[in-house]
Amino acid sequence: MAIRTRTPSIFRPRKTIDQGVLTQNRALIDDIDRRNVLRGAVSLGALSLLTGCDVSEDDSVQKVLRTVSAWNDRVQATIFRPHHLAPTYSVSQVVKPPRFNAYYDIEDVKPIDGATWKLELAGRIDNKQPWTAQQIYQLPEQDIIIKHICVEGWDYIGQWSGPNLRDFLQRVGADLTAKYIYFICNDDYTESIDMATALHPQTILATKYAGEILADPFGYPLRLRTSTKLGYKNAKWIKAIEVTNDFRETFWSKQGFNWFAGI
Amino acid sequence: MTLSAVKSTSHERRPQQRRLHPLPVRVMHWINAVAIFIMIGSGWKIYNDDVILGWLHFPDGLVIGKWAQYGLQWHFLGMWIFVLNGLAYLIYGIATGRFRQKLFPVSLRDILATVNDALHFRLAHDDLTHYNAVQKILYLGVMAVGVLIVISGLALWKPVQFSELAALFGSFQATRVVHFLCMTAIVGFLLVHISLALLVPQSLVAMITGGPVVDDGAAPEIKH
Repeated sequence: MAIRTRTPSIFRPRKTIDQGVLTQNRALIDDIDRRNVLRGAVSLGALSLLTGCDVSEDDSVQKVLRTVSAWNDRVQATIFRPHHLAPTYSVSQVVKPPRFNAYYDIEDVKPIDGATWKLELAGRIDNKQPWTAQQIYQLPEQDIIIKHICVEGWDYIGQWSGPNLRDFLQRVGADLTAKYIYFICNDDYTESIDMATALHPQTILATKYAGEILADPFGYPLRLRTSTKLGYKNAKWIKAIEVTNDFRETFWSKQGFNWFAGI
Repeated sequence: MTLSAVKSTSHERRPQQRRLHPLPVRVMHWINAVAIFIMIGSGWKIYNDDVILGWLHFPDGLVIGKWAQYGLQWHFLGMWIFVLNGLAYLIYGIATGRFRQKLFPVSLRDILATVNDALHFRLAHDDLTHYNAVQKILYLGVMAVGVLIVISGLALWKPVQFSELAALFGSFQATRVVHFLCMTAIVGFLLVHISLALLVPQSLVAMITGGPVVDDGAAPEIKH
């Protein structure tokens, strides 16, 4: 059987390269290979070294990260145990005063005048009559000594009291099948929680800390305290509560923090 | 090199001839490498917001995420990759007998002998298919740390929903310390692991190409 040899290109050298060169320089070639691998590893690291243009800020990357965060919201809602109580602690373990936290410094807190303040109600609620601080103080109080866990990693034990949120929602005729409770605060802060968390036995509208009326920096006259969420979900200086089925981004979730933020 | 020595010389070529690192192992190894890179870099960012050791802040150039929320976003993306891939790897390693074959048995005498060899610069690494006792201990150890970092991570992520699990660690801050020490152990492992992979480049190449063809480990036992 005759195999026709292909006509070599006129650009092809008549003589092939001596393969001996490769074997003679094996060590050098290996070395180059190794350095390329190193360079690859270094550029992977360099990706995160470019602090000036963090890859997380890239729109398409941020879209992926936020999609995963939304998926994590769903996972957290699924594993949420509505009747499972967070550990509670003894009065002697309570930290006084509580630790201040907000997106601004304690000196910048704008105190609320409790005499004129009213809690507004909105959305899927039968009785939207506003509540004064005195009226809220008349309601049955629940006392919980729980841990406050901040997304940053610190925690402290605090003693909070005030009306149970489920009781309050029932009292005002809120639609307990709605999806979200949305809090509007006296600063420009907003927060919202899922209904399951709102109905959890350790979710209260706190008016007191360690048995005394809340001090200004910690949310006077009314704030949320729930044992099942990170610190930032516990809105302070609440001025309005809305029961709604519409999901709205909140102060921190707009900036990329996880919305569900369950613990 | 003893590549030819480990190749099967038997006449009845068993159909189950495979490479040192079968494809699933290589794929899972590199997925894990990416996941670990994400988890450590973003973990360092999260750590910086409330440090455990007063003197230790990870430099901005070494962390993933310019702002806290980006670090958190990466960490809670990376956890899925790390956990799902890690689970697949553990199931694969146990189901195929790879762990039993590669990592066991490991005796104290072997460990001491390997350490002794290493101290005398007599450590043999021409045979990639055989792990010495120190390698076995390190691989088993880092897997155990991998399991512990996931468990402590779950306890940090959900100290209330998984309060029974969180209670095993004592307090929330103790859990953070455990999680942090696991990270430290993994970083220590990586320093050794990557240095050795670069010193013995054929081991790195093997994790890409699959390495030499080896007999199926289960075969000798079936033979008689």
